[in-house]
Amino acid sequence: MPERALELCGLGRRFGHRWVLKSVTLEVSAGEVVALMGRNGSGKTTLLRIVATALKPSSGTGAVYGRDLVREADAVREHLGMLGHSPGLYDELTAWENLAFSVRMWGGAVERDALAGALEWAGLGAHRDERVRGFSAGMRRRLALARLYLRRPRLLLLDEPYASFDAEGIERLNAFVRELAGSGTAVLLATHDLARARAVIDRVVEIQGGRLVDAGASHGGAGMGDEAQGAVAEVRGG
Amino acid sequence: MSWSRELARARAVAWKDLTTELRTKANFNAVVFLAGLILLLFGFALGPDTEALRAAGAGILWLTVLFSGVLAFNRSYQVELENGALETLLLYPGERWPLFLGKLAANLVFVLLVEAIVVPLTAVLYHLPLLEPFPGLAGVLLLGTFGFVTLGTFYAAMASRLRAREVLLPLLLFPMMVPVLLASVEATAAILAGDPMGDAASWVRLLAVFDVIFLVATLFAFNHVIEA
Repeated sequence: MPERALELCGLGRRFGHRWVLKSVTLEVSAGEVVALMGRNGSGKTTLLRIVATALKPSSGTGAVYGRDLVREADAVREHLGMLGHSPGLYDELTAWENLAFSVRMWGGAVERDALAGALEWAGLGAHRDERVRGFSAGMRRRLALARLYLRRPRLLLLDEPYASFDAEGIERLNAFVRELAGSGTAVLLATHDLARARAVIDRVVEIQGGRLVDAGASHGGAGMGDEAQGAVAEVRGG
Repeated sequence: MSWSRELARARAVAWKDLTTELRTKANFNAVVFLAGLILLLFGFALGPDTEALRAAGAGILWLTVLFSGVLAFNRSYQVELENGALETLLLYPGERWPLFLGKLAANLVFVLLVEAIVVPLTAVLYHLPLLEPFPGLAGVLLLGTFGFVTLGTFYAAMASRLRAREVLLPLLLFPMMVPVLLASVEATAAILAGDPMGDAASWVRLLAVFDVIFLVATLFAFNHVIEA
C-alpha cells in the first residue's frame, strides 16, 4: 500500500470574518498526481500555501508524511518543493547563483556538475552567467523549475504551473512530474488548464465555495463543475 | 539541523544581500547622499560657530547614521518581496534565526561602509578631531552600529509585510533606539572631548549590554515576526 504523503482533515482558513476554506479533507498517496481545480478565488492557492506551511490553518489538521503542518512545520519543509505564482528568484543574481543559493539554503553543498546539469535540463545552460533581471517570465519559471529538479522533493506543490511556459516548457514540466511521481513523489497541482495537465494527473478534486466537492475519481465526479467532471471521466478512461 | 549548517545558511543570506547591493549600488548611493544632505542641513541650522558645531558633532553623527540607515533596512526586505522571494526563503527547511543573522550581517557591513564616508565628512564639517581618538571612536561606532542594525533589521522584518512599511519602520524603530542612541552619543562625545571625566567606559559598557540584550531578544523573536 502506498505511503500517505498528504493528509488534510477538516482544514479551514479564514481571513478576517471570511472563510476561504471550509472543512477540507483530502488524502494524497506517494506517487499520486492530484489536480486541484476551482474558480479564481476558490481557495486553491490558500490550500497549497497551508500545505507548504506558509500559512497556518484556522481550523482542522494536516500532515505531510506523518508530520503535522503546524507543530512540525520544519520537518514538513524537508519534504516539500513548491512552484508558486512568483518564481522566488533574485534579479541581481545570475541563474547559476540563484541555484547555488537555493542549494546552500537547503543546507547542501554546491556540486558544480549537478547545478550545470539542472540548468541544461531547464534549457538555460547558455544563460547560466546572466542575471535573472534580463530573463523573460518563461525563463524565470524554468529556472524555478530547475531549483525543484535539484531538490527532488517528496511532495511537490504546483500552483498554476503551466502559466508562462511555452510548449517545450510544458512538456519538460510534465515529464518532470511523471518522473518524480514514478519515483514516489506525491504531486498536488492547482490549475485551470486541465488540457495540459491531463497527461500526468491521476485524480481530480475541485474546490467550490471553500469546500472540496469531490476527493477521488472513484465516482463520476457528481457535484463537480462541468470541466472537472470531464477531466474525471478522462482520467478514469486512462 | 546542525549549527554549522545553520551558520552556512546565514552566510548564504549575507552573501546574497551584499552581492545584490554590490551590483546595483542604488541603495548605497542614495543612503550616502541622504547622509551628506543631513550633515549639511544640520550644519546650516547650527550656523558657523565652530564651538557649537563641535559640541553638536557627536549627536549629529549618530542622528545622520540613524536617519539614513533606515533606508537600508527597508531595502533589505524589499529585495525579498520582489518576485515572491520571501515566501520561497521561508519554505527552506531549517531555523529562522539564520535568515535574521544573515540579514543582520549584511546590514552591518552596509552601514559600516556608509559610516566610513559619513564619519570623515562629519569630522570635516563639524571640526571634530578624528585621528587621536580613533581607536576608542571605532569601538563605539562598532558597538553603537551593531545595536542600531540589530534593531533595524528586526523591525524591518516586522514591517516588511505591511503596506505602509516605509512610514511604520521609523515609528517602530526610533523609540526603541533611544537607549542605544543615548549611550552611543554620550560615549562618542566623551571620547571626542578626550574623556576628561572618565565616563566613556561606563557608556561603552552600557552599550555592550544593550547590544547583547537586543541580539538575544531579536534572535528569539524573529521567528514570530517573520511568519505570516
